[in-house]
Amino acid sequence: MAPILEVKNLFKNYGSTEVLKDINVSIDEGDFLVLVGPSGCGKSTLLNCIAGLEPITGGDLFIGGQNMTNVSPKDRDIAMVFQSYALYPTMTVAKNITFGMKVRGIDQATQDAKLNQVATQLQIEPLLHRKPGQLSGGQRQRVAMGRALVRDPKLFLFDEPLSNLDAKLRVEMRTEIKSLHQRLGASMVYVTHDQIEAMTLATKIVVMKGGIIQQIGTPAEIYNRPANLFVADFMGSPAMNLIPAKTRMNGKGMLVEIDRKDGDPIVLTDTRNKDLPENVILGVRPEDIADAALGRAGETQEADCVIDIVEPAGADTFAVMQLGGKHVTARLHAETSALAGQAQRLTFDLGKVSYFEPETGLRLN
Amino acid sequence: MTDLSYNPSRGQSPATKMALRIVLYLLLGLFALFYLMPLFVMLTTSLKSLDEIRTGDLVSLPREVTFDAWRTAWSTACTGIQCEGVRPYFLNSLLIAIPAVMISTLVGALNGYVVAQWRFKGANIFFALMLFGCFIPFQVVLLPMARMLGIMGVAGTIPGLIFVHVIYGLGFTTLFFRNYYVSIPSELTKAAKVDGAGFFRIFWSIFLPLSLPIIVVTVIWQFTQIWNDFLFGVSFSQAGTQPVTVALNNIVNSTTGVKEYNVDMAAAIIAALPTLFVYVVAGKYFIRGLTAGSVKG
Repeated sequence: MAPILEVKNLFKNYGSTEVLKDINVSIDEGDFLVLVGPSGCGKSTLLNCIAGLEPITGGDLFIGGQNMTNVSPKDRDIAMVFQSYALYPTMTVAKNITFGMKVRGIDQATQDAKLNQVATQLQIEPLLHRKPGQLSGGQRQRVAMGRALVRDPKLFLFDEPLSNLDAKLRVEMRTEIKSLHQRLGASMVYVTHDQIEAMTLATKIVVMKGGIIQQIGTPAEIYNRPANLFVADFMGSPAMNLIPAKTRMNGKGMLVEIDRKDGDPIVLTDTRNKDLPENVILGVRPEDIADAALGRAGETQEADCVIDIVEPAGADTFAVMQLGGKHVTARLHAETSALAGQAQRLTFDLGKVSYFEPETGLRLN
Repeated sequence: MTDLSYNPSRGQSPATKMALRIVLYLLLGLFALFYLMPLFVMLTTSLKSLDEIRTGDLVSLPREVTFDAWRTAWSTACTGIQCEGVRPYFLNSLLIAIPAVMISTLVGALNGYVVAQWRFKGANIFFALMLFGCFIPFQVVLLPMARMLGIMGVAGTIPGLIFVHVIYGLGFTTLFFRNYYVSIPSELTKAAKVDGAGFFRIFWSIFLPLSLPIIVVTVIWQFTQIWNDFLFGVSFSQAGTQPVTVALNNIVNSTTGVKEYNVDMAAAIIAALPTLFVYVVAGKYFIRGLTAGSVKG
């Protein structure tokens, strides 16, 4: 089956500035694609290009197998939810939702039926006769979703739809969007700068920076095997520890040597990887550095480290120390015995470790 | 929002507060009286008979109220050789001002909508040129405009005057609407485009219903400008198409013998009434509209 959305060699310039460079993405029906990156990375521009709201400078765009490169937004069979919700301020909620159908000349009976269906689905029936100005942020968000749902399009587009909500509501709506996606089995493209939103919602993530795609993959791939230093640093909270290290081979496997602030270097043995350059950046997730005392399954190696800062966060306690001249965060048990300024025995799990080339930042293993 | 209002009474005794209040209202009252003086003189003079004006005091109230001067001004005062009062000219002014205000407001709204929401190449230059149009002195365009009207065959007619006022008003109306529409998020246009609405549909269904405050501002501004205009009125009209401002000038300046101050005053008030009426009816929207957009609501 043809992919529901296919972007081929897409370029976008504003005057002489290149905003998007050679973008290639495709998703299948039912996929939830998340475009994520820091502000100014071109993710919203890409979404606007997919919607047809921005003309593209080069390349092709297919929706549902049809070339839509030069088709106007209304004929692309898409629906879009905007960051500011973009509800029509002078129309009631009901009119907002049916405006698209009215423009398309769909008969009144169908309009009413669809409106009722969507209103029930999103539990907004009591709001139908209010104006957007009389709604709370969360309610506006629902109405904006309703306006998209009522179209029953091939592709849903979301432009940072949760960024105007407060933290609690954002998490609620996130879950709701996910359950909506599962129920409808619809194809969605979703833009966010929040990497947690990206991880929780996506079936496929595109990480972007400076108008260039850094990596495309499932959330697990992106998290466990980041393609370069940027992705490694951007995805995950707290961020992946990126520690300068030296490698050498011996009989048992590859030795990885990390400088400690005072004392001998830590030497770890990696049995899965071999023959890497001498100087590497070692990427370790905070959860792969843990309390030795509390035990842990898998291949682990222990070392003493002096803890600089202890940050209890409820479920976990984060400990910050200096390794290889960098701040390194470890995710410890909530009841850890670690104290600031004292040495603590920690275990290092190299099972999911990443190695990067220090100059180019590219992944080595 | 933080309350930034000026509050001078903090830490003062109630007596001082009261005294300051009284002084404040006294001053305000004095200023109000000062500003009302000319209107007072005009009104009282227009209600006096000529004899009384000649013998009485300028600021005294009329001993005997008479509406003769008003009747004369409205229907029999002489503007040169004709003696029909200001009535026909008042009608001319309405025939000029109402269509000119409507057309210039509508076209200005469309212009502003395009410049603010449908950015095109050179939109900024286009807008800068429109803005420049606001600052061209009337006198500069008199000759070219006369030539234009001649070529178009509408010289000296009411449609000709409507045309002149529409052209001259577009700079301002475009500016008003552009500044209002620029504060409306462009996502609204985008959402409507995805919904399938076109250029005029979006304007008609989404932008116009949002525009009441700025429409009121524009209508008041344009109506005042066009109604009070004298230069275009005197330059591009002929006998029978002159607006009320020109007629007023003729009544005041073409009398021979005794100056009928009461008639002059009555005619002046009649000529000023429509703008006053528009302010009273729509004034509160005027202030609201001027500040709208600067404050997010």
